[in-house]
Amino acid sequence: MKNIYYDNAATTKVDDRVIAEMIPFYTEHFANPHAVHSQGQIALDAVEKARETVAKFFNCENQEIIFTAGATEGNNIAIQGVVNKFKENIHIICSAIEHPSVLETCREMKKRGVKIDYVPVDENGVVLVGKLQKLIKSNTVLVSVMYANNEVGSVQPIKEIGELIKTENEKRDKKLPLYFHTDAVQAVNYLDCDVSELNCDFLTMSGHKINGPKGIGAMFIKKGVKFSPVQFGGHQEFGVRPGTANVPGIVGLAKAIELISSEGKANFKKVKKVRDKLVKEISKIDNIKINCDLSTSLPNILNVSFLKAEGESILMMLDMEGIAISTGSACSSGSLEPSHVLSAMGRKPEWSHGSIRISLSKFNSEVEVAVFIKALSVVIEKLRKMAP
Amino acid sequence: MKYSETLLDHFKKPRNQGVIKDADAVGEVGNIKCGDIMKIYIKVDKDKEVIKDVKFETLGCAAAIAASSALTELAKGKTFDQALAITKDDVVAHLGGDVPAVKYHCSILAEEGLQSAITNYKNKEK
Repeated sequence: MKNIYYDNAATTKVDDRVIAEMIPFYTEHFANPHAVHSQGQIALDAVEKARETVAKFFNCENQEIIFTAGATEGNNIAIQGVVNKFKENIHIICSAIEHPSVLETCREMKKRGVKIDYVPVDENGVVLVGKLQKLIKSNTVLVSVMYANNEVGSVQPIKEIGELIKTENEKRDKKLPLYFHTDAVQAVNYLDCDVSELNCDFLTMSGHKINGPKGIGAMFIKKGVKFSPVQFGGHQEFGVRPGTANVPGIVGLAKAIELISSEGKANFKKVKKVRDKLVKEISKIDNIKINCDLSTSLPNILNVSFLKAEGESILMMLDMEGIAISTGSACSSGSLEPSHVLSAMGRKPEWSHGSIRISLSKFNSEVEVAVFIKALSVVIEKLRKMAP
Repeated sequence: MKYSETLLDHFKKPRNQGVIKDADAVGEVGNIKCGDIMKIYIKVDKDKEVIKDVKFETLGCAAAIAASSALTELAKGKTFDQALAITKDDVVAHLGGDVPAVKYHCSILAEEGLQSAITNYKNKEK
């Protein structure tokens, strides 16, 4: 039996073409790109070429792109960087449905005396911009709202928030700016990431969510934005992210981005078609709830709840059939709390405990749908039969 | 987090899963808010106060289902005194001892489920 991989929001398969680009930078051009010798310069040229590719994708200047180890590091650089710069008596706002790399960083900042507010979302997991506006205070230095949610796929009104923050800044004393950070990890594959349109000051992303390698990411930091670095060392990456550049990773990331530029639109259609077929078939099972507005959400994420079947048990039983999905149930989180995203959307515990996330990539086909649905139907029936 | 082979075996092939239609008592523990509900049915030999048969119905994670299954194996054929002495640690040991720390509450639930069934039986017989 062939495995089915439906956990692409967690990580993706590396595209063969990405690997092909990377290999020479392990085998031949392995020299340190920060060295002056010509072997090092070959690696440096590759890094700078990659930077140009990434900058072109985000429609920004090359110097506004920093290579990181991934979005978690990028989110820390953005949030901690702004806090370290402005330090005293400051306030941050983030959405209630952020990834732990933002939520936990904010929680840590709270311990350091920063005031934090969480902007709520509607029942479809979309940030309420009106509420956000009301939360902005004269000492708010940062708003952090993800571009698209990793659990339910809801797309956030980033342009609208960008505009709002721009207007707020126009009213302000230049000494204390209000910055806008967006974690675009799930968005890069499928949504327009032109930073001049989004009006953000920081944007973060990871290579491994876009069929690129793990351990590499990139972030956009708008020219002129004031922040303090959180790591110290050599002066690589404009002093923002010191350490020897991960050349193969950077080259691979750029290739993955290049592939999105050329194939992204077709992949959007492809995964949406598979997703729609899944929705049609899953809807035949009774007592289910789709946890998103599919007309506006990402095309590759489908979060669905089953009444009287627990998410982790669904996951485990599907796993026995060679199918990988994920769940927002409490039991898989290690904290015994159901998904903070589903809770923020107002889902009742009996629904959120029975939630699973199916996340697709360009490598999934329509053929798999029938196999998956057959297995899922059996699993749900089996678990419901066991339940009191 | 990783489950042991023994625990997975109980999850895949739960022992004594189902309903005892003419059960002498039923114990129900857990709640939908925490995500786990466990229902333990018992059939009792009245004279000897022995659990003749025990079955479970559980809504919950793999560990909750496995703990229910392990509990029924431990409880079957036991006197009330022996059954009431079954602890969460016995359930964990029966699952191979290697239950992830965050899943300990599932074995507590199993322990409480059986106790609740026996208590309900005793109250009824009073």
